[in-house]
Amino acid sequence: MGAEFVALSLTPILIGVCVSVACALPGNFLLLRRQALIGDAISHVVLPGIVVAFLLTGTVRTGPMLLGAAGAAVLAVIAIEAIRRLGRIESGAAMGVVFTAMFAGGVLLLERSDTSSVHLDVEHALYGNLESLIWLDATGWGSLIDATALAGLPVELPRMALALLVVGAFIALFWRPLALSTFDEGFARGLGLRTGPLGLALVVVSAIAAVAAFDAVGSIIVIAMFICPPAAARMMTNRLGHQVAWSMLFAALAAIIGYVLAGYGPLWIGASASVSAAGMIATVSGIILAVAAIAGPHRTRGS
Amino acid sequence: MSLQNIHLVTDEAVAQAEAERTASPLAVRNLTVSYGQTPAIFSVDLTVRAGAMTAIVGPNGAGKSTLLKAALDVIKPLAGTVTVFGEPLAAMRDRIAYVPQRASVDWDFPTRVIDVVLMGLYRQLGLLGRVRSKHRAAAMGALDRVGMTDFATRQIGQLSGGQQQRVFLARALAQDADVYVLDEPFAGVDAATERAIIAVLKDLRDTGRTVLAVHHDLATVPDYFDDVVLLNTQVIAAGPVDDVFTEDNLQAAYGGRLTTARVDPESVAG
Amino acid sequence: MLGDALLLQLGYNATLVTVGAALLGVAAGVAGTFLFLRKRALVGDAISHATLPGVGLAFVLMVALGGDGRWLPGLLLGAAVSAAIGLLCVQGLTRATRLGEDAAIGAVLSVFFGFGIVILTVVQTMTAGQQAGLEGFLLGSTAGMLRSDAILLAVSAAVVLALVLVLRRPLELAAFDPGYAEATGWSLGRIDLVMMGIVLVVTVVGLKVVGLILIVALLIVPAVTARFWTDRTGHVVIIAGAVGGVSGYVGAAISAVAPALPTGPIVVLVGFLLFLVSLLFSPGRGVLASLLMHHRYQRRVHMRQGLLALAQGQPIFEALTRRLMHRAGLILPDGVATQAGQAAASKALLDETRWSLVRADTSFAAAATRYDGLTPIEDVLTPDQLRDVDGRITAPKVV
Repeated sequence: MGAEFVALSLTPILIGVCVSVACALPGNFLLLRRQALIGDAISHVVLPGIVVAFLLTGTVRTGPMLLGAAGAAVLAVIAIEAIRRLGRIESGAAMGVVFTAMFAGGVLLLERSDTSSVHLDVEHALYGNLESLIWLDATGWGSLIDATALAGLPVELPRMALALLVVGAFIALFWRPLALSTFDEGFARGLGLRTGPLGLALVVVSAIAAVAAFDAVGSIIVIAMFICPPAAARMMTNRLGHQVAWSMLFAALAAIIGYVLAGYGPLWIGASASVSAAGMIATVSGIILAVAAIAGPHRTRGS
Repeated sequence: MSLQNIHLVTDEAVAQAEAERTASPLAVRNLTVSYGQTPAIFSVDLTVRAGAMTAIVGPNGAGKSTLLKAALDVIKPLAGTVTVFGEPLAAMRDRIAYVPQRASVDWDFPTRVIDVVLMGLYRQLGLLGRVRSKHRAAAMGALDRVGMTDFATRQIGQLSGGQQQRVFLARALAQDADVYVLDEPFAGVDAATERAIIAVLKDLRDTGRTVLAVHHDLATVPDYFDDVVLLNTQVIAAGPVDDVFTEDNLQAAYGGRLTTARVDPESVAG
Repeated sequence: MLGDALLLQLGYNATLVTVGAALLGVAAGVAGTFLFLRKRALVGDAISHATLPGVGLAFVLMVALGGDGRWLPGLLLGAAVSAAIGLLCVQGLTRATRLGEDAAIGAVLSVFFGFGIVILTVVQTMTAGQQAGLEGFLLGSTAGMLRSDAILLAVSAAVVLALVLVLRRPLELAAFDPGYAEATGWSLGRIDLVMMGIVLVVTVVGLKVVGLILIVALLIVPAVTARFWTDRTGHVVIIAGAVGGVSGYVGAAISAVAPALPTGPIVVLVGFLLFLVSLLFSPGRGVLASLLMHHRYQRRVHMRQGLLALAQGQPIFEALTRRLMHRAGLILPDGVATQAGQAAASKALLDETRWSLVRADTSFAAAATRYDGLTPIEDVLTPDQLRDVDGRITAPKVV
């Protein structure tokens, strides 16, 4: 566990932790607003957003992609609201219509356009390639303070760390209005809070987390992390601050354990190749949720 | 004013109504809210008297809650204007405390009683202001007034309906406003809580505050309130309980729906 | 070429697949309507994503037993078993914990899908570069289907459709009138179980055609589309079946002439197109109709309020009201009423006064319910009744 670990496993694990925590943070509020599946919808519409951005700009640079994905998320939320209100359709069904259609459109656009020159395909979008984000310049733990080695860090790591920072800053700054409007929207509006834009901002921030994560790990971790760590955390405590802290811990644990299990687990049982890290991280988050559902001190209503 | 006597309106009366509106802690004019193509309230004019306790009563679906929500800009009206002490609502938010219906929130939310009361101080605290001991003291003081200090650190989901309503009232008290607007404060609460709440509200009135509440129990209107607004999509009648809370007006507001003796004839003036 | 496909001229397999997809679409549309009406539309998403580990494990198991991992009936059986487990997890989480159904659905679909991906990477190493073809289950792939698979699809789609039609009555009852269903001896729990069973079978049969990521659209989109055209429950079912059938049929036909594209997205987009047309143009709930109606309604409210203010000698405060009334020639720019304005104002006031009398009188209870602040009273009362009401205006009650 020295040079090889730092070069091959450290950066994917750190990226995984950043992704997981960045998604779990807004996930707490989505869960409490009974909008858990908005996370699901967002992660589906990230694909068409990115594809459209690529078709318009011809590049896979971060800026346009981020804009495309955030734009798609906002469009999706507006479409869902419009369908819900105008058609008087239940929000789950409205969501189902919008995100499947947008995802289908994204897939077809992707298949019909020439993306062979860039790293963009449906499988990659679904489960990414966390294992490939290695740090070739690292020679050991010492590389962490070696400027030239640090320059060779996979670009996803600082990008994901920045996304985590943005998400974390948003949640910290708007903690009070978010908590207030989630608990009692009527009262919040009575105080003059603009709850509509705030809710939309939460969705946009979730989309930022989703799109930054998308490139590194694919959308499956994103959906799992929006929901599983906050859901497990809700069953551990009855206080919002504690719930968010638990969810960050669970998210980080799932990323670390999931990555290690995917990379080394098969070797332990005698198999030769590793399995999908993204899939394994999602699986571990599910196991954590299952344990919380069976043994969490506040797992039932009124407890 | 009711529509029966509008042809008696004179210029002086219009000017006087205007002056009353400017002085009123909460005045709405021509307020219309509709869900789809049917109005929940239509062209409601209401001038709340300062320093009085006013009840809004009317049958189910009369638009009572809608009127409160639209007056506080919680929902968007189709038409109409709202003034608070003659100023637009947006500039006067600090002077109004709103107590929504208890059933409108998710009581499974992970938070404690004291945290809910502190929400009332949001406009003082701002986004990042630290909760200092004076804020905590204000919140505890508000809890004390509704007899809930022992429950300060209790999870809100573990409270009874009456206790939840007291916490909601405490949150509004923490705001230390001039106008208290309450939506069905006595719905589904125990008798002791009802007594405690009415005592707090009367105390507010006696210290110069204005109270406006949606109320559903006609029998207690004369005991609890000074003024009453009879609402059924429009204002049927409004004014002091003694003048307005009459059998005729109630018939007009409730139509054929006031069949059973929900009104104790003794308690109805006129 | 597309014409050939639509007319089923592209050979036996393609025809089987297209007909199968149409039958499946009808079944999904009808079954999805019940799911939609029970407000559980997205449970279908959890079920479909939960099929993936089953497909993968079935492949591994069949290879381990020395068989062909790609044998479709085996894969579908695996899919059904793991989907059922996923469904049980959703229900378990919802019942035994404080989590809502939305959280349970999201958790199950992401975790099962993630675990399925883990199994898929295992399958990839087992087949060592050789295509296992399981990716086709993600987004649907009907190109180059084996004859036996095409027959399996068409037959099972027909069976599902028959099943849905046979069980329609109790499902309708549970969706539209749960209270009555219980009172007449149906167990709601059991009907829900049957409904979920049907959704599960539709999902499994549809895996190869639409793929597990998008099959939920085939359950939801037809029902939502139908809702825009009718309020009658029986009609929703029929329209949804038709929308689903057309989506499946046209989608599969397009896919037959574009074999490189996955089938699922095409089917979904055909359905979505039908939805979009309904959303925009349906007469009652459509976007255009709603906007137009809201706009007109808001104007009428403002005009009415403006007229009443005029009649009562009050100034008109809202700019929109003033603008509308000026444009209608009812007031001058300074807010003073024109002659036409005065006439209209007295008419509005008379109307409103009559209404307030009608609403206060229990003998007019039926008419009073039609009050919306706008309907002229002449539309509601007979001339005789009007005279009766007017008689009371001249002798107003003292309040």
